[in-house]
Amino acid sequence: MRYKYIISTAVAAMLAASAQQAFARDLTVVSWGGAYQDAQKKVYFQPFQTATGVKLVDESWDGGIGVLRTKIEGGKSDWDVVQVESDELAIGCDEGLFEKLDYSKIGGKDAYIPASVNDCGIGAILYDFVLAYDSDKLKDAPKSWADFWDTKKYPGKRALRQGPKVNLEIALIADGVAPKDVYKVLATEEGVDRAFKKLDEIKPDLIFWKAGAEPPQLLASGEVVMTAAYNGRITAANAQNNRHFGMSWNGALYTLDSWVILKGSPNLDAAYKFLNFAGAAENQKLLPNYIAYGVPNKAAASMIDPKALDTLPSSEANMANAEQIDTAFWLENNDKLTERFNKWAAK
Amino acid sequence: MSSELGLKAQLRRAGRRRRLQAFALVAPLLAFLLFTFAAPIVCMLWRSVSDPDVAAVLPHTVEQLRAWDGKDVPNDLAFKALAEDLKQAPDGASVAKAARRLNYAISGYRSLLMSARRYDFLDAGGDMKSAFIQHDPRWGETGYWAALKQATGPTTAFYLLAAVDLQKDSAGSIVNAPEEVAIYRDVLLRTFKVSCIITVICLVLGFPVAYMLANALPHHRNLLFIPILLPFWTSLLVRTMAWILLLQKDGPVNKVLQALGIIDHPLSLIFNSFAVYVAMIHVLLPYMILPLYSVMQQIKPSYMNAALSLGARPSVAFIRIYMPLALPGMAAGSLLVLILALGYYITPTLVGGAADQMLSYFIALNTQETSNWGLAAALGVVLLGSTLVLYWIYRRLLGGNQISLG
Repeated sequence: MRYKYIISTAVAAMLAASAQQAFARDLTVVSWGGAYQDAQKKVYFQPFQTATGVKLVDESWDGGIGVLRTKIEGGKSDWDVVQVESDELAIGCDEGLFEKLDYSKIGGKDAYIPASVNDCGIGAILYDFVLAYDSDKLKDAPKSWADFWDTKKYPGKRALRQGPKVNLEIALIADGVAPKDVYKVLATEEGVDRAFKKLDEIKPDLIFWKAGAEPPQLLASGEVVMTAAYNGRITAANAQNNRHFGMSWNGALYTLDSWVILKGSPNLDAAYKFLNFAGAAENQKLLPNYIAYGVPNKAAASMIDPKALDTLPSSEANMANAEQIDTAFWLENNDKLTERFNKWAAK
Repeated sequence: MSSELGLKAQLRRAGRRRRLQAFALVAPLLAFLLFTFAAPIVCMLWRSVSDPDVAAVLPHTVEQLRAWDGKDVPNDLAFKALAEDLKQAPDGASVAKAARRLNYAISGYRSLLMSARRYDFLDAGGDMKSAFIQHDPRWGETGYWAALKQATGPTTAFYLLAAVDLQKDSAGSIVNAPEEVAIYRDVLLRTFKVSCIITVICLVLGFPVAYMLANALPHHRNLLFIPILLPFWTSLLVRTMAWILLLQKDGPVNKVLQALGIIDHPLSLIFNSFAVYVAMIHVLLPYMILPLYSVMQQIKPSYMNAALSLGARPSVAFIRIYMPLALPGMAAGSLLVLILALGYYITPTLVGGAADQMLSYFIALNTQETSNWGLAAALGVVLLGSTLVLYWIYRRLLGGNQISLG
């Protein structure tokens, strides 16, 4: 009889102990995976753990405000700090999914470029969607999105990101609209029709990718001859995998990704420590050495290795004919245009 | 006399006790099924019709709109109620949720509502109706107020209608959704077509394999099972990625075909319908073979021998004796493959092109990316409903107990 009581108490104690373990989890930082996250590991995640002794676990995701909404409204959020795109930042902030940031803990608002400062998030990187190709296979380099549409000069398949975002802008630029006027045109119904009609021209040759790591893979395997890609992934493939991919910055579309802290995170102090570390100029200046993305800390801009500057989105040459992705436009129209895009893609 | 009655009562009591014991043994499993199976389905069904977001933050407006006839823009009271509600809203998060819900109905509603919230109408005073319309002319359009009225909840047909490409116009009657965004009927048909074709092909390919397994010598049978079970136990994602590597332009399949001189330049085998069929058949084939095998191995060879000895030709004996005996297995395997194929998500998403996405992809898209859970639940309801209809037709065609897993 006593045996039963001893065993049941032991089991209950073990369950209680394991339940406590479940609450006290390590700081979990989530980013986009692939070559980008590898660069972040070298510049932020590992040095942070060495410098502060705070344990950090990093994971990856592929975006989607629904994922964050599920985690927070479901109550069992296992993420603390997440890197989100600009429209996810806006929606999540409006809906109360993120903690409001106390900038005094991360160096103050003036330390960062104004575009990267937000109530709920602090900018992490500035990056571009560019036209990428394999210069080993294409001797005559494509120079603009119009070349993306030129199937006579550059026969073969092309790849674009799945979804309407960025693709409608690219179609209009290829159709002759100047990058700075793209959103004026897209705001009208005729503009959207024009973009879809332009996309129809190359539809038989189009493949769609979802994850940022796919475009370099598609280029390397020869599956596509040109693709829209994140500029940093292309530079990283060249550096690490001995590739000779080329990029055209003409008509590139840039945007900012931001770090946010999910509401109700149990590791709030550790999260601020991490954001403070990742926001410091001495640490941010190292990121462009591993992956070609711009950083938001004002002081870091002058400390960046000059060799890396040319590959960055923020360099003058690369900004010349680039356009910022209009978050407000996509907030309003993403639902409707996503449905329309899926209908068009399925035809 | 009394002893007889006593016996009857005792018998009843014993019977009841036995039934209670049986129920107590099954109760944990029943609770588990209710919790993990029935409850989530009920939640999903509820989500597809639940519409609480707007009423939660705009209660007075909702009340005013109940009396509205829907013909022209509402009167000043409704505008005043809206201004009051926006001012008294507890936090931005609830307004944002209502704004998102209304944006599903009309694109652009989100910024309309959020900017109205930032402007203090009551402070300005005066005629609320003209103040709103001056702030943004869209407030003077009947369509926007009709969308607001349809979102007042607590339940709505909005998501279920959208899941089959229907919507309600300003007058409240049901019409087809605009052509450019009406995708879900095509997707549903495509899902059923692909699943049915895959089921038939799996049956045709799986029957000979199961026959061979059932009639093989025992020590051969164990060896023959390995190429079926090993892939079956391998991770689904690994197998799908393997197909991408095999079928790509520079992949082994294209290289072999080119080396043999069958083709001149590489075929496009991946990111299209062909790849979807190949990968899904590969993944679902064991689900057809195993039920078929388990039924076939119970068919006594003496039946076939008897048929042959009675003068039937082998083909006739096969069709009239063997096939009807194997029918329960064929039915079970086909049903299993069909239902799995209807809900398949990862394989078509990874190996298919944009025109091959099945219904489950859109459920995932609306759950994760657009965060439109009402529509995702409604699509789930559509999938569940059509699967149940299919199952009912299936049972009617096959008669009562003709489905067996051996």
